[in-house]
Amino acid sequence: MSDLGSTIGGVESINPFWLASAPPSDKKYNVERAFKAGWGGAVWKTLGEDPPVVNVTSRYGVHRSHDRRIIGINNIELISDRPLDVNLREIEEVRRAWPDRVIIGSIMAPMDENAWKELAVKVANSGVQGIELNLGCPHGMCERGMGSAVGQVPEFVEQTTRWVREVVDIPVFTKLTPNVTDIMIPATAAKAGGAHAVSLINTVNSVISVDLDNMTPMPTVDGRGTHGGYCGEAVKPIALHMTAEIARQSETQGLEISAIGGITTWSDAAEFIALGASGVQVCTAAMLYGFRIVEDMNEGLAAFMRDKGYRSIADFRGKATAQTVDWNALNINHDLKARIDDEACIECGRCFIACEDTSHQAIRIDAKESGGRKFTVIDKECVGCNLCMHVCPVKDCITMEAVDTDRPYVTWPEHPKNPQRKAAE
Amino acid sequence: MKHFKLSTGDSGLSSCEITANFADIHPPISAAQAEIEASRCIYCYDAPCVNACPTRIDIPKFIHQIRSGNIEGASQTILSSNIIGGTCARACPTEVLCEEVCVVHHTEGAPIKIGELQRHAVDLLLAKDGAHPFQRAPLSGCNLAVIGAGPAGLSFAHRSAMLGHDVVVFEARAKPGGLNEYGLAAYKMTDDFAQREVEFLLGIGGISIEHGKVLGDNLSFDDLSHNYDAVFIGAGLASAHSLGIEGEGLAGVGDALDFIESIRMAPEKSNVPVGDDVVVIGGGNTAIDAAVQAKCLGARNVTLVYRRGPDAMSATGWEQDLAASNGVVMRHWASPQTFLGEGAVERAVFDGTCLNDGKLTQTGEVFELPADMVLKAIGQTLNSGALGELRLDGGKIAVDEQYQTSIPGVYAGGDCIKSGEDLTVQAVEDGKQAAIAVDLMLRQKMSGVAE
Repeated sequence: MSDLGSTIGGVESINPFWLASAPPSDKKYNVERAFKAGWGGAVWKTLGEDPPVVNVTSRYGVHRSHDRRIIGINNIELISDRPLDVNLREIEEVRRAWPDRVIIGSIMAPMDENAWKELAVKVANSGVQGIELNLGCPHGMCERGMGSAVGQVPEFVEQTTRWVREVVDIPVFTKLTPNVTDIMIPATAAKAGGAHAVSLINTVNSVISVDLDNMTPMPTVDGRGTHGGYCGEAVKPIALHMTAEIARQSETQGLEISAIGGITTWSDAAEFIALGASGVQVCTAAMLYGFRIVEDMNEGLAAFMRDKGYRSIADFRGKATAQTVDWNALNINHDLKARIDDEACIECGRCFIACEDTSHQAIRIDAKESGGRKFTVIDKECVGCNLCMHVCPVKDCITMEAVDTDRPYVTWPEHPKNPQRKAAE
Repeated sequence: MKHFKLSTGDSGLSSCEITANFADIHPPISAAQAEIEASRCIYCYDAPCVNACPTRIDIPKFIHQIRSGNIEGASQTILSSNIIGGTCARACPTEVLCEEVCVVHHTEGAPIKIGELQRHAVDLLLAKDGAHPFQRAPLSGCNLAVIGAGPAGLSFAHRSAMLGHDVVVFEARAKPGGLNEYGLAAYKMTDDFAQREVEFLLGIGGISIEHGKVLGDNLSFDDLSHNYDAVFIGAGLASAHSLGIEGEGLAGVGDALDFIESIRMAPEKSNVPVGDDVVVIGGGNTAIDAAVQAKCLGARNVTLVYRRGPDAMSATGWEQDLAASNGVVMRHWASPQTFLGEGAVERAVFDGTCLNDGKLTQTGEVFELPADMVLKAIGQTLNSGALGELRLDGGKIAVDEQYQTSIPGVYAGGDCIKSGEDLTVQAVEDGKQAAIAVDLMLRQKMSGVAE
């Protein structure tokens, strides 16, 4: 029997799936519905000092794939717009009613020691199992010197983390913004400030689309729009990269990761865990489909673990980290050639045109005697880039065959064509 | 498969039920459906669907344009290859053309609904008031004559006008459109679409249509070839074949095309007379259109009799299924011998047929069907009497690769030429290619004169 239980920064959870600090975790009603559906925890929507912020309408814009599914949401909503005491009272009530679930209190304050400390203490006293510092919102709050305005300054990241550590005795999660050139800088600062874990990524700064009839960015607020925070499936690759860096670099060893960014299915979660995350947070998928999506996250992850023989999350956490390396550590001698399965080929020509127009002119079309078209890879031109395999609409029709069997592993630093080669002759 | 309301027992159909039966058989898809359907297309390179379309519409491109929200662009892509694309979207047997070869068959078990997407795009453009999407080249000063305002003639006229020539179309009948107007089942061409399409096509300018002009009657082929720089014959096949059997002259025995036309022309379909026991003879899409429409009008028994097996029928599988699933009894391997009745037909007598050494022969297994209406759908022939010295081949007009007949400057296309396939879309292609050939010929001639 696989155990989905996870521990992150010392906080134990019945499963690795938490709601991220966002509209779905805005109040007791939503969080209780989420817990009923099976979520292991919720990071309460970010709390600030009173008086509460005031929000605008509308708040969301979306990015769709061609089949009309939403693959990204951009939002311009601010932190919780309800009074602090109302939120704290509801947190206490939910904590009492759901003792086996996790509630993390997310907080945000201006760069003022007392503000951070007072807010952290108030929230900690409500019974939350951890505090998350929101240093990431890229819209609205940053214009008031909060959110990403703090998260983009490494010294502030370290300082706020330290301030909160000094006044609470529960785990502290520092939530990082991806709107930086190198995630290692704020991650290292969070570690230096004493964070038990980092949560990442917050939303990516974005303008989601332009209404070409009205010439306004979306979402539109009375004829005008602004940049907002982008999330959902489309940001997952950015989040995976940042997770991998923090997990594998020596500067951040020991810093636990609560991964966020486009997690929609159990396999998304498994990928983040394989790269080193201890747990995951989800928002967009719940906003699009409701809290019920956690059912298959739990069941699918358990089935995957059973299949692979993993008895716990810890069994496969970080299993892909060691294989995630710098480009300079890759084997330049590795050589692949595309292979097209004639039987499976439906003769759409997508592989041909992709290779012909944008790659290496390595696919040839011949007329078949039966009247169709036969697509053949020209080995001497094929660089093994995989593009044809990816554009092929038929699963497993194009595969990549390794043809480097007798050649040694050679990296760029050792490669004969590298002018700065440092390997022994 | 569409299921019409059929008459049961003694009760016929009410006029409401008949009207409902003649509603669009393929109602237009919504914008949302079009977007989703378009997103299924995998955008093949050198796509099989394009090669399967006689007019070679760039199908992956127009579907991509629908997906990108450029619906007008999609219509232009379609219409630049096939100016009658609206009718073709409705009447083409796509299941044996573009959709048959769609490779999405292999991945998803069903092709992209190319016909429905094409209709979606073209209908949107036609519904829009505004300029015709194509412009005419600088005027050449050449005048061209077209015989027949059917798909071939109209396609020729439009392309010629686009290329800068002025065109006069001579049409025997009161309305333009040819078989698009008179010869297709009413439920395939609702809302007077054939006329709306002709009106749109004429929007390019430079084309006039003279109605009531009958070749050999008030229109002389020789006059045309003398008075115009080139002549295009798109006259179709105007004469119905005759069975040459006893009783063919009885009241109630008629041509399926006339029956189809009477339905198309009737503002109120329930006023079209139909028999109780209808026998349709033939194996093509016209036979199906007649048989199914007889059912739609409330005929109790409709039997379609064909002298060979189902595989030999030129009606597509989809058409045969439409008939079979709407109560049309299909009887293969029998040919009509005689029609019996006092003044009007009452019974049709058939003899069984079989193949003997590849030759169709009678079996002597005679049977009778009660029949108060017999519809012959056994094909048409060329009315060649008025075509003068024009060389024929197999009863149709002989043309070379440039669609030129045996008389220089006289071109032909559509059902009246030998390669004619009884397909609107092929007629459109013939007209388009003939116009391109005529243009080339005229321009060579003009530059020759200038030198």
